Amino acid sequence: MNRRILGVLLCIFFLALIATPLVIKRLSERHEPIGAATPCDTVIARHGFCFQEVAKAVGLDFTHQAPSLDPQLNHIMPEVAAMGAAVSIVDFDRDGWQDIYVTNSGEGSQNRLYRNLGDGAFQDVAAAMGVADVNQDNTGVSMGAVWGDYDNDGYEDLFLYKWGRPELFRNDQGRGFMRVTEHAGLPPWINANTAIWLDYNRDGLLDLFIGGYYAEHLNLWKLTTTKVMPESFEYAQNGGRKYMLRNLGDGKFEDVTEQLGIHSRRWTLAVVAADLRGTGYPDLFLSNDYGVSELYINEGGTYFKEVGKQTGVGFAPKSGMNAAVGDILNQGQFTIYETNISEEGILLQGNNLWVPSVSSAGDQLKYENLARAMGVELGGWSFCAQFGDLNNDGYLDLYLTNGFISADRERNYWYDFSKVAGGNSAIISDVKHWPSMEGRSLSGYQQKRVWLNDGAGQFFDVAQVVGVTDTYDGRAVALADLWNRGVLDVVVANQKGPLLLYKNTVVSDHQWIAFALEGNSSNRSAIGTQVRLFWNGLEQVQEVSGGSGFGAQNQRRLHFGLGKQPHIEKAVIRWPSGQIQTLTAPQIGIVHQLKEPA
Amino acid sequence: MNPQHSDLNTSILSETTSAMSARARWFKFDQRYLAPLFITCILIAGQLSFGFLESLSRTVLAIMTALVVELVVARLYWGQWPHLASAYVSGISVGILIRSPAFWPYALCSAISITSKYVLRTKDRHLWNPSNFGICVMLLVAPGTVASLSIQWGNYLLPMIVIWFLGSIIIWQFKRFHICATYVLSFVLFALVRSWITGHPFLAEVAPITGPMYQLFIFFMITDPKTTVQSKRGQCVVVFLVALVEMLLRLNESVYAPFYALFLVGPAANLVEIWWCSRQSALAPAAKLT
Repeated sequence: MNRRILGVLLCIFFLALIATPLVIKRLSERHEPIGAATPCDTVIARHGFCFQEVAKAVGLDFTHQAPSLDPQLNHIMPEVAAMGAAVSIVDFDRDGWQDIYVTNSGEGSQNRLYRNLGDGAFQDVAAAMGVADVNQDNTGVSMGAVWGDYDNDGYEDLFLYKWGRPELFRNDQGRGFMRVTEHAGLPPWINANTAIWLDYNRDGLLDLFIGGYYAEHLNLWKLTTTKVMPESFEYAQNGGRKYMLRNLGDGKFEDVTEQLGIHSRRWTLAVVAADLRGTGYPDLFLSNDYGVSELYINEGGTYFKEVGKQTGVGFAPKSGMNAAVGDILNQGQFTIYETNISEEGILLQGNNLWVPSVSSAGDQLKYENLARAMGVELGGWSFCAQFGDLNNDGYLDLYLTNGFISADRERNYWYDFSKVAGGNSAIISDVKHWPSMEGRSLSGYQQKRVWLNDGAGQFFDVAQVVGVTDTYDGRAVALADLWNRGVLDVVVANQKGPLLLYKNTVVSDHQWIAFALEGNSSNRSAIGTQVRLFWNGLEQVQEVSGGSGFGAQNQRRLHFGLGKQPHIEKAVIRWPSGQIQTLTAPQIGIVHQLKEPA
Repeated sequence: MNPQHSDLNTSILSETTSAMSARARWFKFDQRYLAPLFITCILIAGQLSFGFLESLSRTVLAIMTALVVELVVARLYWGQWPHLASAYVSGISVGILIRSPAFWPYALCSAISITSKYVLRTKDRHLWNPSNFGICVMLLVAPGTVASLSIQWGNYLLPMIVIWFLGSIIIWQFKRFHICATYVLSFVLFALVRSWITGHPFLAEVAPITGPMYQLFIFFMITDPKTTVQSKRGQCVVVFLVALVEMLLRLNESVYAPFYALFLVGPAANLVEIWWCSRQSALAPAAKLT
């Protein structure tokens, strides 16, 4: 071929290569014909549900306050004091209505326990119940809370994890809470951002796992060193230690972390426990900031073995901030959703959707990250995300909140952040080397994601359309059927922002069923119980969790959307004790109150 | 001149043919393989110790694409099979420096890098360092899919010292150490200036050069002989200018300042040199006549 023609063709080829990203972007953009201001009826007709933000209208008048830590951190205070807004759902008084507990983090600030009055409104009873005044600079401030009935008296008790002294409150039959921290033998000081209740050895007593973030020797109000930051942006192992506290049954807990083989010092931000291998024992997935994730498989309640690399989840280091499980493909297996950081043009870690490989199971368990393939990869500076069937169509959807620091809209801190993050450990680990933030934003004012599962392996974002339009710095998300209507409402805790409640309205012909479980020989909270529902040729598994997602806990009750005209074959309940209970053709549209058979 | 010899994107590579020293002759190992070997060692050590790649398959994709494109284009354009060391280094650089959750950017960046050598050229020289060009294009046109914030060495001192030590020895062998040294000194000087201007801690300004991205940038990009000027003094001036432009970009808070600085200064310096050489060639016969 003529050399000149070849040259021209090569130029065309070259230009085509350069234009390719633009073409791919154009093709991958979904065009949503419905505008953001579309009436709810239209949205419901299209997507099956619609949200309305009603927090203030129903009495949730809470705004989170951040802590003021040691003055040596002042120049990067917004970055360090960037967590603490958390939310957990509990029916603390067993009246059948889900209540809301939210944490605050300013010194002297009050946590709130919003009692669900059942008439549509909520009332703060935290002070009266004795769980409000828990944030002081000498004992630390709240980072989150999880509820579990550790003494099996039928009432959910409260564990408060903090940057500071953790607290355990025993629920006095819904009439108030008694502080039992010292008697329980909890660690004197932690800097933790996650904890969960689980019965790791299936002895019928709830144990407690706590994931440290900053090292526990640091008092962030009285620093004796400025070397408090991670030693590496992606390989840090100088974070807080972990605690597995075994419930001895007499109100005391024993630290069994080392003997169970858990030695991690990564910067854990979220943990979820679920039986991922079908052994009956809960495994642990740790979502770690500044490093790889860890998966601890439970070997018969006597040892935890870390298998992150072998299973594929512990290979690529990112900024893990969330851990939640859900059977998104209705195949009877749990997928894990882990959030990370994505900032256009700077840092594109992408979130992880760890889907178990088809051929893997048990000890051969392997995961593949299908976040990109399934459309849930990019969520900004993502924090909490929860699975739940938001439109009751029979497939689990995904609600994600995000946004790190929303300050000056015109100036951002990304350049300085990236400058130090790439430097040597001696530089990155010392706060005095970090440039001042000077009121700049860092991935602020971000749009949230409400990813709808189409049931065919794809999720698509409908947040703006269904009414989730806030751009606060979201931290925690909890899902609950707050008004016993058979739909999942969404509560969002925002850092230095208001508590939001998105009330859900779902199309009427989408059916549902729910299970409220109570253990007998198993722990009374029934944490770890699996319900496997078979209907219309589908199978979905859900597990009662003692904490899920960053700084959050969903309602204990398990909610299944069923879609139109469902025919339920059976529900198989596997209790932590190992007992199997089968309900044949359970009635739809009600909450089944089930107690573990004696 | 055949670009398969001239378009090598590391200093080590293209020096070889013309500057085989006597010492190199008895050193039987073909030195064109030194750069690929060195960068492969970095890759393997980093992957085994830190697992530092986005994924091995993505890096393999980048390398394979670079090799295939080089083979096809060179064969079509020049009618002969090329030596693949240069393309291999480009591919592996892309595979390490590009970060994307998707696969296609790795292939595309490699393809753009290699093709640029054949398209963006004048007087039988290509103007941009191939992987620098490819990465800059990707960062500019696909910011939603591609990033290059790389912290792959774990921010630790030991790997950094090993890389600097080995890299310096190899670069010294090929008489290009002065380029690296000038750049590093310039960077530190300008870090001081930036610190003075911004009020930020000096160590914060120096921090980037202690990271792994700069090791690749310094040893594999700024030393590329075919995209740097010929004279030793000119090379020092050019990398000084690269550091200067980088400082200006950094003052404007550009995250990828070094890539963009080389992207801007490298071709400009080449064009000036090409123009100067042409002028000298034109003047020489005239001078002879007079």
